Amino acid sequence: MSNSSIRDTFFEECEELLEALVEGLAAMEENASDMEVVNAVFRAVHSIKGGAGAFALDRLVNFAHTFETVMDKVRSKQLDVDEQLMMLFHRSGDQLADLVEAARDGREPNAESEAAILKELGAYLDDAENEEELAFDAAPLAFDAAPMAIDLPEAEAEPPGEPEQRRFDIRFRPSPALYANGHEPLLLFDALAELGTLSVIADLSRLPEFDSFDPEDAVIDWRLTLQTSEDETVLHEVFEFVDALCELEIEVSEEPAESLPADLPEPADPIAAAPPPPDPAVPAALTTEPQGPAQKPAKQSPPRDEPRGPRPTLRVDLDRVDRLINTVGELIINQAMISQRIEELELPAVAHLTNELEAYKLLARDIQEGVMAIRAQPVKPLFQRMSRIVREAAEATGKKVKLVTVGDSTEVDKTVIERLADPLTHMVRNAVDHGLERPDKRSELGKDPAGSIRLSASHRSGSVFIEIADDGAGLNRTRILEKAIEKGLVSPEAELSEQEIDNLLFLPGFSTASEVSNLSGRGVGMDVVKNAVAALGGRVSIASTPGMGTTFTIVLPLTLAVMDGFVISIADQTMVIPIASIIETIRPNPRDLHCIGTDGEVISVRGAYVPIVDVARNLGLSGEGADSSGVLLLVSTEGQGLTALRVGAIHDQRQVVIKSLESNYGAIAGVSAATILGDGKIALILDPDELVKLTPAALFLPPAPPPKPELRHA
Amino acid sequence: MLDVTEAPTEAQFEFITFSAGDQSFCLEITQIREIRRWTPVTKLPHTPDDVLGVMNLRGAVIPIFDLSARFGLGETVDNERNVVIVAAGGGTTIGLLVESVSEILSVAKSAIQETPDIKSEAARQAILGVISVGENMVRVVNLDAVLDTEGSSV
Repeated sequence: MSNSSIRDTFFEECEELLEALVEGLAAMEENASDMEVVNAVFRAVHSIKGGAGAFALDRLVNFAHTFETVMDKVRSKQLDVDEQLMMLFHRSGDQLADLVEAARDGREPNAESEAAILKELGAYLDDAENEEELAFDAAPLAFDAAPMAIDLPEAEAEPPGEPEQRRFDIRFRPSPALYANGHEPLLLFDALAELGTLSVIADLSRLPEFDSFDPEDAVIDWRLTLQTSEDETVLHEVFEFVDALCELEIEVSEEPAESLPADLPEPADPIAAAPPPPDPAVPAALTTEPQGPAQKPAKQSPPRDEPRGPRPTLRVDLDRVDRLINTVGELIINQAMISQRIEELELPAVAHLTNELEAYKLLARDIQEGVMAIRAQPVKPLFQRMSRIVREAAEATGKKVKLVTVGDSTEVDKTVIERLADPLTHMVRNAVDHGLERPDKRSELGKDPAGSIRLSASHRSGSVFIEIADDGAGLNRTRILEKAIEKGLVSPEAELSEQEIDNLLFLPGFSTASEVSNLSGRGVGMDVVKNAVAALGGRVSIASTPGMGTTFTIVLPLTLAVMDGFVISIADQTMVIPIASIIETIRPNPRDLHCIGTDGEVISVRGAYVPIVDVARNLGLSGEGADSSGVLLLVSTEGQGLTALRVGAIHDQRQVVIKSLESNYGAIAGVSAATILGDGKIALILDPDELVKLTPAALFLPPAPPPKPELRHA
Repeated sequence: MLDVTEAPTEAQFEFITFSAGDQSFCLEITQIREIRRWTPVTKLPHTPDDVLGVMNLRGAVIPIFDLSARFGLGETVDNERNVVIVAAGGGTTIGLLVESVSEILSVAKSAIQETPDIKSEAARQAILGVISVGENMVRVVNLDAVLDTEGSSV
């Protein structure tokens, strides 16, 4: 694995960790005393810091460290979380996300906000903590001062009656430098245990009060008893590397030993190899500096019961998934082809073959659904991003806003989620900026001064619904209409229904804020939102009640890869039209058809006259009026309202795999994509909205200019 | 240019030659994915005459151009020997309807001559160079210029 791919992995992980962080902070807001939650937040920050350290991302490490230190104070209950601190945590989380992003893109992060937050965070720390480096997770455990035995792997039993068996008493007092240099007493003890039977006692008598605990200090002494046949020098070899970093006394004990070797120095004397008494400064530091006893027990006791992380997942290159989706699409088409061919054979005993084919079809559909599910992702990360937007927007406008999210586990195609981020951001900003009233006004109206924005996602009848609802003043329709007239978007005489007025918001160049605020009204209007959603095959609608609030609803298809459509024929060509766009199909009664002008035609549908659009003619296919006796499809289009599309015939209703035309050719007016039918032929998928906009005049303006004449000499 | 002693060590380029609009063209073999028999295509509305329609190539929708029409040499006449050359470049795959495919041409780079200084800018863009084969002149098609459906400057 190259360094850059490790780096990529780190940033991918960061994204997940930041997600967990945001989630944790949200949960903390609800219940700050839940230690699980606080720990989860701490861990997320800590993991980012750790990874960043490995890539020498110093600014990130520095920021994460300060954040983590404050978080740790909350964890150790030294600090109570109030609203102000909570806000600071949120902003720190945002800043951390910015720093991660800046580090990933190699940009210079916003130093101003970073410094500001660092300063605020620093205010919660005393100087010592500002300086110190937290190397260990200090678990808030209560300790008995009593020595505790530590389980070590059972040593190999010594052959009984071995004459050289001796008992050594070892006193081992590590200095902080021993830990700082990365030594681990447990490994030393393991090495000793291999020499014979070892028992270990931790002496916690120097353990300070928890409050004055310095995680960098070493406060635990060890008393070890080793039964071994090995020579004393072997014992010293074990401690060879830590010799200068600890106080070590090795004595041969007399009591149980059968033999007391004469060549040993006097038992009372410290072994010659023992380091000189420590510098007087060290003991002083040992007692005065706050310190962490937790490190040793925490390391040697079994890991604390950590809450389980997310379910195991697999990181897969999106390209691979898309290839799989494509192939499965082929499989579906292939299955349809086989069925069709077998039907054509008109075999005598076709019944059970049909059953098998049916099973094949179901299996293929199952595979397809499964593969599609890989691309589906919960909208949660998207919603979480919005919480930041709301926070920032609230800060900028001085409004108080609560964001409520509902159904954030609703799964939507990954591409949809990605492309929904911008429109949603815009709508959420709008809701805060324009939708909600100022707190004082809200209080006057008897509403909660804190406005609420509800973001919800759900699956309904094969579509994804995403709603952005505020409990603000609702749309000011008089103002909208005035504005639209002022801008010349509607004529002053126009009589518009409430819904039509609401929809004026989606017109290009419309902005309701009388003064362009810093927040929204940056020249990006709701029309951009509408276009972005339309590009995903969805639509946006508005519902508003004066005084109660406004709800924007985005309806999106579940997936971008398949679609339910009517297979129709237009001037002898097979085409597909999305079922979602069709309101009803009509077999016209000649009595209901009326002509207007020379070629205008309308049909009366329950008393209303609906213009008829001849699809074949609009597409420039054989103008013989081949479909004049055809079927009418009633559609509601954006540009022209209710319209009846005249097509030749409806053949079938089926799910079709959407194939892009743009990848190899380019966009074609009136056609959104193509699909492959059971016989392997390509059918075009029509886009009703665009189709009705095509006037016969457009026929003479092909989208791609014709070849230049001079090339004729090539 | 044609140094006999140097020629064997020089890299050889392979081209597939074909005729379109009664002229000889060729494409470098590495740009060609496959050669298929002509099958009816699905017509696209509102497209220039040189765009015949789209075809299903193992699940991908690829546009088919009439090369002769695209070069302004008139529409290709229906013929038993008509084939579609499937070519790919820059992530785009297209099919080119040609009258017939002739042979594989293996030439040294030095055998490719620059396009003679003709007036038409478009023609100079569409043709990378020419190769002299016997009495024939074979035009090397600039696939990028053909692929450029957006500008359609060909």
